[in-house]
Amino acid sequence: MSEKSTTFDPYASSRETTEGTVYSVTGGDWDSLVSEIGEAKEERIVVNMGPQHPSTHGVLRLVLELEGETVTEVRPGIGYLHTGIEKNMEYRSWTQGTTFATRMDYLSPVFNETAYCLAVEKLLGITDQVPERASIIRVLMMELNRISSHMVALGTGALELGAMGPMFFAFRERELVLDAFEAITGLRMNMAYVRPGGVAQDLPEGMTVRLRELVTTLRKNFKDNERLLVGNTIWMKRTEGIGYLDLAGCTTLGITGPVLRSTGLPWDLRKMQPYCGYENYEFDVITADTCDVYGRFLIRMAELEQSLRIIEQAITKLDATHGQPVMVADKKIAWPAQLALGADGLGNSLAHIREIMGTSMESLIHHFKLVTEGFRVPAGQVYAAVESPRGELAAHIVSDGGTRPYRAHFREPSFNNLQSTSAMSEGGMISDIIGAVASIDPVMGGVDR
Amino acid sequence: MTEQQGMFGAAGTGDTSGYGGLVHTVVNPGSTERPYGGYFDQLADDLERAYPDFSDAIIKVVVDRGELTLHIKKERLLEVAQILRDKLLFEQCMGVSGVHYPDRKGAELVAVYPLLSMTKNQRIRLEVATSETDAHIPSLVEVWGGNNWHERETYDMFGIVFDGHPGLTRILMPDDWDGHPQRKDYPLGGIAVEYKGATTPAPSNRRSYK
Repeated sequence: MSEKSTTFDPYASSRETTEGTVYSVTGGDWDSLVSEIGEAKEERIVVNMGPQHPSTHGVLRLVLELEGETVTEVRPGIGYLHTGIEKNMEYRSWTQGTTFATRMDYLSPVFNETAYCLAVEKLLGITDQVPERASIIRVLMMELNRISSHMVALGTGALELGAMGPMFFAFRERELVLDAFEAITGLRMNMAYVRPGGVAQDLPEGMTVRLRELVTTLRKNFKDNERLLVGNTIWMKRTEGIGYLDLAGCTTLGITGPVLRSTGLPWDLRKMQPYCGYENYEFDVITADTCDVYGRFLIRMAELEQSLRIIEQAITKLDATHGQPVMVADKKIAWPAQLALGADGLGNSLAHIREIMGTSMESLIHHFKLVTEGFRVPAGQVYAAVESPRGELAAHIVSDGGTRPYRAHFREPSFNNLQSTSAMSEGGMISDIIGAVASIDPVMGGVDR
Repeated sequence: MTEQQGMFGAAGTGDTSGYGGLVHTVVNPGSTERPYGGYFDQLADDLERAYPDFSDAIIKVVVDRGELTLHIKKERLLEVAQILRDKLLFEQCMGVSGVHYPDRKGAELVAVYPLLSMTKNQRIRLEVATSETDAHIPSLVEVWGGNNWHERETYDMFGIVFDGHPGLTRILMPDDWDGHPQRKDYPLGGIAVEYKGATTPAPSNRRSYK
C-alpha cells in the first residue's frame, strides 16, 4: 500500500514506482466493504407494488418504502378505475341512476342500489309507502349479496396469502348465489334490480323453494372452507397479529364494517339504525377482539351463517306476502314497464305493452313521460346509509327539484377503509401488507367510482 | 333556489306539447325554528352549552326529512368540529361531499360533512359554503384523520382547497389534469360516435343531456 496516493480507492490501491503509478486490483477487500455498509445510516428502497400486481385486489398501487423486508412507509395510489359515475348520474333520470350506482362496487351491487334508492325515497318522502314485500326482497337480495361478496373476500384473500383451495370452494358458493341472482333479476352482476319505490319485478314462481334449497346447500358447503382455514396453523401464522388496528385507530379513520367489528365494537347499521325492516329479523352481530386479519376473517366466516338466518326468515316472510305489490302504488313514481320472461329471455311484458299501446292514450302518454323525462323529486338533500359487506355505504343525494340528481355522492366504505393500509402495514413485513389489504377487502370499482 | 323553465333539457323547438312555457319555482328547505323534534333539540342544547359562540358561528339550522344540518361559518368550522367530537361524542366523520351551486353568488361551493356518533347512535350534518373566487375551507384532518382522502377527493372534483391538509393533491384524476370535473360548468364530455355513416353526437352535445 502506498502512502503517497492522495485519494484512497478501496478496490484498487496504487503505489508510485519509477515507471509511474501501479495499481493493484486485489479484490477480497470484503471486510472493509461490509463494515462500511454496516456503518451506513439507511438502506432504503422504494418499490412500486401495483397497479397490475395480482394480489392487490384490482388496480391498487402501493408505493412502499422498505428497509430490508420491513415496511417503513406505505402510500396507496388510487384512481386507476375512476369512471365518473357520480358525474354521469347528474345527467340521467332518478330511475336510471340505479344502473350507475350498481356498477360502483361490483361485488356488492345490491347494496349500492339500495343505498341510492333509500336516499331517493327519503327525498321523495315515500319511505313508508314502499311495499313490505319490496323491502323483504331487498333484504333477501342484500344478504345473498353479502354472502357472494364475503366469498370473494375470503377466497381471494386466502389465494393472495398462498392458499389456493379456499378460493375454489368460495367461488363455487358464489356461483350458486349468482345463479339465484340470475333467476331473480336476469343478471348475475350489476342488475339494477332495486329501483326507487321498490324493486324491478317480483320473484319468479317457485323461487322460494329454490332459495330454501340454496340455503341448505350453502350451509353445508360453508363447512368446507371452515374446515380448511379455521384453526389452521399455517393460516393463523399468516394472519394472527397482522394488520393490527385498534378501536381508536378505526374511529379516527372512519372505519366501519368487519374491520371495526374486529376491535370488539358491535357496530352494525342493520341493528343500530335499521332500514328495509331489518328490525324484524333475528340475527347476531359478530365481533372479534383481536383487531387483526384473523379476527376479520373469523367475522366474515360467521357473518355467512347470520346472512343465511336472515335469508331463511325473509323466505318465510315472502311466502306470507305472496302476490303483494313490489313497487309503490303512486303511478307518478313507479316505473311503468313490466318485465316478463319470454321465449327469448327476460323482456318487456307483451301484455303490458298491449295494454298501454292499445287501450289507453293516457297510459301511453304517462309511460312516455315517465320513461323519457322521469319523475320530479322535491329539492333538498339526504344521507342514507346501509351496512354493506365492507362497512357503511351511504348515498348523499342532492335534488334541485328536477328530474335528475343535482349531485350524487357515495360514501364508499372501500375508499375510506383503504386509508388504513398505512396504519396497518407500516413497521411490519412486506409480505404482511397483502394480508392487511385483503382483510380490508377493498373493491377498486367502489374506491374510484 | 333556482327557476327551471320548460321541459327536460329541450330548448327552442323541442317543445311539441305546449307545456314548454311552464315555470317551476324550486324552493329549498329553509331555516328551521325550534322545536326540531327527535334528539335534535337535546343535541342543539348540548352544543350551545358546550360552545358559547354557537349563535355567532352557526348561520342556520335546517331540519329536513328527519335530518339535522348545521350551516357553519367557515372560519369557525374547526372549533365547532372539535367541540362536536370531544364534547358531543361525534367520533366519526363519514367524509366530505362537495356540491357546486353556480347560482348562489358568493357561496357557490359547499362542503358537506355527515357526522356519526356511535356512542349516542346519532347523526348530524355540517355544511360549509365558500365562494368560487376564494375556495378555501379549513381542513378537518386533524380532528378526524379519516377525512384525509375525502378532502383530497373534494379538492380533486370541486377545487375546494382545504387549508391545513397534510398533502392536498389530486386523488382520482391524474395529477396533471386541468379543471375540476364535478363542477357544474365542467362538461360531461365524451366523443362523437360514427356508425354506418351516421354520427351520434358526444354525450355532452346531445339534447337530452344539456
